[in-house]
Amino acid sequence: MSLSPYVPIVGLFALAALFALFSVAIAPFVGPRRYNRAKLDAYECGIEPTPQPIGGGRFPVKFYLTAMLFIVFDIEIIFLYPWAVSFNQLGVFGFIEMILFIGTVFVAYAYVWRRGGLDWD
Amino acid sequence: MKDISLPHLNYAALAPMLILFGVACVGVLVDAFAPRKARYPIQLVVALVGLIAAFVAVVLRAGKVTAENAITAAGAVSVDKPALFLQGTLIVLGAVALLLIGERALERGGPFVAQAAITVGSDADQRQAARESGATEVFPLTIFSLSGMLLFVAANDLLTMFVALEVFSLPLYLLCALARRRRLISQEAALKYFLLGAYASAFFLFGLALLYGFAGGITFAKINESAQNGTGNITLLYAGLALVSIGLLFKAAAVPFHVWTPDVYQGAPTPVTSLMAACTKVAAFGGLLRVLYAGFDRVHWDYSPIIAAIAVLTMLVGSILAVTQTDIKRLLAYSSIANAGYLLVGVLGNSALGLSSVMFYLVAYGFTVIAAFAVITLVRDADGEATHLSRWAGLGRRSPFYATVFTVILLSFAGIPLTSGFTSKFAVFSAAGGGDQSWLVIVGVVSSMILAFPYLRVVVMMWLSEPGEQTPSVSLPGMLTSAALVIGVVITIFVGVAPQPLLHLTSEAANFIR
Repeated sequence: MSLSPYVPIVGLFALAALFALFSVAIAPFVGPRRYNRAKLDAYECGIEPTPQPIGGGRFPVKFYLTAMLFIVFDIEIIFLYPWAVSFNQLGVFGFIEMILFIGTVFVAYAYVWRRGGLDWD
Repeated sequence: MKDISLPHLNYAALAPMLILFGVACVGVLVDAFAPRKARYPIQLVVALVGLIAAFVAVVLRAGKVTAENAITAAGAVSVDKPALFLQGTLIVLGAVALLLIGERALERGGPFVAQAAITVGSDADQRQAARESGATEVFPLTIFSLSGMLLFVAANDLLTMFVALEVFSLPLYLLCALARRRRLISQEAALKYFLLGAYASAFFLFGLALLYGFAGGITFAKINESAQNGTGNITLLYAGLALVSIGLLFKAAAVPFHVWTPDVYQGAPTPVTSLMAACTKVAAFGGLLRVLYAGFDRVHWDYSPIIAAIAVLTMLVGSILAVTQTDIKRLLAYSSIANAGYLLVGVLGNSALGLSSVMFYLVAYGFTVIAAFAVITLVRDADGEATHLSRWAGLGRRSPFYATVFTVILLSFAGIPLTSGFTSKFAVFSAAGGGDQSWLVIVGVVSSMILAFPYLRVVVMMWLSEPGEQTPSVSLPGMLTSAALVIGVVITIFVGVAPQPLLHLTSEAANFIR
């Protein structure tokens, strides 16, 4: 069968769809219902949506910052996995290259840390 | 499983890029760990030493490069003679622009803001504009941008070129937003530049995908080979070339992809504008030359008429709209658009002569335009730079020396003999004439005559008007701006009077290796 490599992928899609449908369907029956004011508010990430100061104003960017930091480390992991899988074949060259890469990522990390990007308040 | 073959890396060839990238990383660490007061001097020294080291690496490499050892890093990079020439040009122009970026004698804290995120016009913003020294991140950002440009002109496949395009564009978007004065138009400039730049990058990427569909590979050698053999879908080739060219012509500020230029040139801090006008131009045309000459040599007869039409539009729109400008930075922005048109005329020469004349033009124009922006940083009053043209009236009486310097620069832009503007225009126009594009030369000369009018109007305003109460004084430049100004003006005149050494160098370098 020429299609056989795709069968597990189809299975994965089906599993993901079923999981989503199941979660949505089951939640009204088993979830607790405790209403409060916050649940009725309009939601905007990290911002009080109303009232906003006229002409804009400052608002916290903590969530954006966290998301951006996540992307940096996410990309690092994406590179680390294939390297780890083929470590034996890449040998010393791959090892040194990876150290250089991680070192470069740590430059950004050190900057964020020193500038208070990791402090929540 | 098949064994993975490790790429061969020629470190001597890659050294300039690696040095600049390393220096930029060191700059980030300096900003993270050095005490606040010490950052500025350390950053300035680190950046300049790094640029000098990279230039030495370029010069050392230039003596040893051959057709066999130019291509390295598994075919991703081609450090051939044009690449080395353009890299050297970028490093020197970048260093001169960095002198302007580092100037802190003209106003307290330098031309950059300390915290760009503070709401424009608030009390905190006014306090920081008056007192706090500018952010020192501008140095590593500039170096990152320059390292991307070095890779851009040496990229041997489209994917490497795309990555380099982003590496040099992203720091520029940030730098545009950091002006100390007129924060609002500075932020507006950065946002416009970013959105339109991202849009242009998407075009480039789409074109890349189509060309991969055409050739089954993304290296210029592969694309050229497929075009030569006539294998592959020809529609994909044309569509891909068109989309990739749009991405490049956007960076080069050619009409109709020029609309960002005036706003961004005006809003960005003047030293950053000089960096964009000189270095981005070199990088964009370096990339365009490599794509058209190394990748699409075989379809040259097909794309020539379209590029010619764009060149005509660029020259005419740039020069005609320059006439109507009332702000000196916008005037120079439209002049930069028109100059992109002259450069495109040279690109159409499509020979070693076309290549060498464009490289010659880029060097000559780059130094002159940096000197022009250096003078603009000097003409200022209590509110910062006085860029409105009416304020320049009578400057000749107020400060004859700087008015003379600016007159020389404007005459060079206008293409008066004995300046670099004349020799460089002569070079590109004769290359185009040699490539059977004589009608383009006629349009070019007409456009130059139109463009001479706004330049000469500024000269007349400076010398023949009485200085009024509105006329600002010319600040005494610090050491760094003086150095940038002297380098710019001396090279403008030297290349005009004795173009031979530079012409020799560019014609030596004019041979792409793919």
